[in-house]
Amino acid sequence: MRKFILRKFFANDNNEAFVPDAKFKHPDVAPELTVDHFNLSIEGSPILKDVSVTIPANKITCIIGPSGCGKSTLLKSLNRLSDTIEGVKTTGDIRIGDTSIANCSMSDLVELRRRIGLVPQRPTPLPMSIYGNIAYGCKIHGVSSRRELRKIVRHYLKVVGLWDEVKDRLTSPATKLSIGQQQRLCLARSLAVEPEFILADEATSALDPVSSKIVEDLFVKLKEQYSIVMVTHTLRQALRIADYVIFIYMGEVIEVGDAQQVFKNPKNELTQKYLSGAIS
Amino acid sequence: MNKLVVKERFARLLMYLSITVVLILVASIIWTVFKRGFRSLSWEMVSSLPGGGFYIGKSGGFLNAIVGSLYIVLASTAIGLIISIPVVFFLNVYLKSKSKLAYVARLAFDVLFGIPSIVYGAFAFTLMIYLGLRTSLLGGIIVETLLIIPILIRSMDEVAKNFPRDLLDASFSLGATRWETMGVVMRQIAPGIATATLLSVGRSIGDAAGVMFTAGFSDTIPTSLSQQTATLPLSIFFQLSAPQAEVQNRAYAAAVVLTIIVLIISLLGRFITNRFSKHKLR
Amino acid sequence: MSNLRIIKDRTASGAMRTVTIVALAFVLVMGWGLYRKSAPILSEIPLWDLLTDSTWQPFKNKFGFFPFVMGTIWVTVIAVIIALPLSLFTAVFLTEYSRRFVRKIVYPALDILASLPSVIYGVWGTLVVVPWISDKLAPYFVSFSTGYTTLAAGIVLSIMILPLLVSLFVELFTSVSNELRDSSYALGATRWQTAQSVVLRKSLPGVFASVVLAISRALGETIAVLMVCGNLPAVPHSVFDSCYPIPALIANNYGEMLSLPMYESALMFAALLLFVVVLVFNLASRLVLRKIEQK
Repeated sequence: MRKFILRKFFANDNNEAFVPDAKFKHPDVAPELTVDHFNLSIEGSPILKDVSVTIPANKITCIIGPSGCGKSTLLKSLNRLSDTIEGVKTTGDIRIGDTSIANCSMSDLVELRRRIGLVPQRPTPLPMSIYGNIAYGCKIHGVSSRRELRKIVRHYLKVVGLWDEVKDRLTSPATKLSIGQQQRLCLARSLAVEPEFILADEATSALDPVSSKIVEDLFVKLKEQYSIVMVTHTLRQALRIADYVIFIYMGEVIEVGDAQQVFKNPKNELTQKYLSGAIS
Repeated sequence: MNKLVVKERFARLLMYLSITVVLILVASIIWTVFKRGFRSLSWEMVSSLPGGGFYIGKSGGFLNAIVGSLYIVLASTAIGLIISIPVVFFLNVYLKSKSKLAYVARLAFDVLFGIPSIVYGAFAFTLMIYLGLRTSLLGGIIVETLLIIPILIRSMDEVAKNFPRDLLDASFSLGATRWETMGVVMRQIAPGIATATLLSVGRSIGDAAGVMFTAGFSDTIPTSLSQQTATLPLSIFFQLSAPQAEVQNRAYAAAVVLTIIVLIISLLGRFITNRFSKHKLR
Repeated sequence: MSNLRIIKDRTASGAMRTVTIVALAFVLVMGWGLYRKSAPILSEIPLWDLLTDSTWQPFKNKFGFFPFVMGTIWVTVIAVIIALPLSLFTAVFLTEYSRRFVRKIVYPALDILASLPSVIYGVWGTLVVVPWISDKLAPYFVSFSTGYTTLAAGIVLSIMILPLLVSLFVELFTSVSNELRDSSYALGATRWQTAQSVVLRKSLPGVFASVVLAISRALGETIAVLMVCGNLPAVPHSVFDSCYPIPALIANNYGEMLSLPMYESALMFAALLLFVVVLVFNLASRLVLRKIEQK
């Protein structure tokens, strides 16, 4: 029954312009993310030490550094998923625009997390249908009209270029998709709640080269409307798409700057070593 | 060298022997119960109440026991699930995995799981006297609920423990609260919930020692919670000790019915663990 | 909107915490309740006398639990003696030797054993084990036996704890790393030598804990044992004597016990005894098994 209704609705696919729900309106000026003397320790051992950076709006910012340096932890701190780590303690602040993330109440946090989306390392389709995956976030944030939800689902599947591939099987489980498709679905899912920032934790590392390229291109396309923060292991990827680079080593920010500058003229000796492959 | 080979052969022989003994035992139990039971099993047995009193009646069946067991099992499983699902959710989503409370709670449920049902029965009986309840359907439901809660919790918990953290993060990062994430968790561990339910149904339908004190026995189908009720295991146990062959036959027939129910449940459980993983993350 | 969601989340958290803690407290409430009920007899007769006296005459106010304690011990020991080698060899075979199709038969068979209700074991015991003992086995050793004996109870019980033991052992053995096995094979050890000196030795504490756990399960088995043990309140002197384990005592007398307050108290003391012993055994074995699991 549900399947039928969905198909019928999507059948008369008119090309009216998509307007996101009023609840999800972006602010007029895209905010920056500010990390301010941020420290994080897990069970006493420091992981991030006095990190202070500003992540610019509408750019692709790549966080690079050797494995275990704290890149992913920093990314997780940006939407406070670090809360779920065992024995974690933080000091300092992280702000989106003027709103504090690191020190906000639970009720502000759920709204802040909506504003900062996450694309995980391995695709994590929720145990629901393709349609359900994208509608999930919107439903949580109070979009209840079915009509509205269908519009949203269609729009974002189109944005990530998945629409033509899945439009006939929206009610089938999301886990039936290929890994590459799953990752795009995850991206669409986070876009559906209209975030201002998108965090991507090595979002292409689990994908095959072709899907990886598709996702990468998507990020480049999306930076007009969203600010993107990526953690990446592959320097070549950072070289290809980064506008802004943060280099972290042993939990400390070593060098920050425009991609051109950092890659061509790294100031710090450690950065030079890392870029030349001496440390990894 | 030769000695080694001999030892190896001997050990292997012992192992084959053990496996054979185990298989023979299973076959023997099923065969005995079926052979003895099918002789006396008839449609009348499963569809009618015992005629003319329980121990002396020559005609009639054990419908009272089937229905009584069904009542108790369904009610206790439903209540058990309502209590244990939130506990599992709490242990795995709200508490961090190294939490002291979670550790103590898991240990306590393990211990409760091991407490014999006769002790549950004795305890529930004193509790009922304290509360002014008599042996009744309600009493049976209470004791079976207490009995299966640890089973439900521990077996669902085993599945929930392997719940991928990434899925939680994905839900949280969309701005969901922990409570709203419950739907996601439930769907993901659905096969686990199903097998746990089957496990506890199997346990509670076969339990005799617990209901002995608390549900009592009767020849009729209970019409209210305060009436006594018969159960399948107890009806087998009581009727087997009766002197008349007709009554004993009823016991054997009831044993077949109980065995078939339990076998179906066990097969279903295996089937679910193997197949039912539609939404599982690959 | 967002506040309401947080309130929901908080309320749910509080409610679930309460349910968890109540469920936890249940262990204590149970122990306390049973203790309260058995307090009258404990205040009248000292604990040691209760456990070592062998006269059981409730209507003369004589409550000696010695026969029941001994009955329980005999039955449990027999069960373990039979089940331990069977389950060890089965588990070793399943993890170290077996091919796929063997496992495909054995696991479902063990599943069935685990799922069969106690009362079905009782039926099987009375139909198969009891006649076998009285007609075939006992005549070799004693002049007469009804078959309703300690041995019958032990045999039935051993089969009931078999699936638990096998599944615990299999889990233990599979957790022994393959590298350890490989290094043993690389030194030229045979399969059995490897199983014996690497796998078994490595999991010895676990095996011990598993046996303790199985014992605690065996101690509480009621109906099946009750149906084949003979229910004679005397200390058994051979495996062909009848016996009367504690769970059977409780189950058999639940109807009469209300007539005499001291009788009720005595039976509740029996339940308390069972509760405490099972609790201690369970706790100890679970703690050991958990330690092993964490490693």
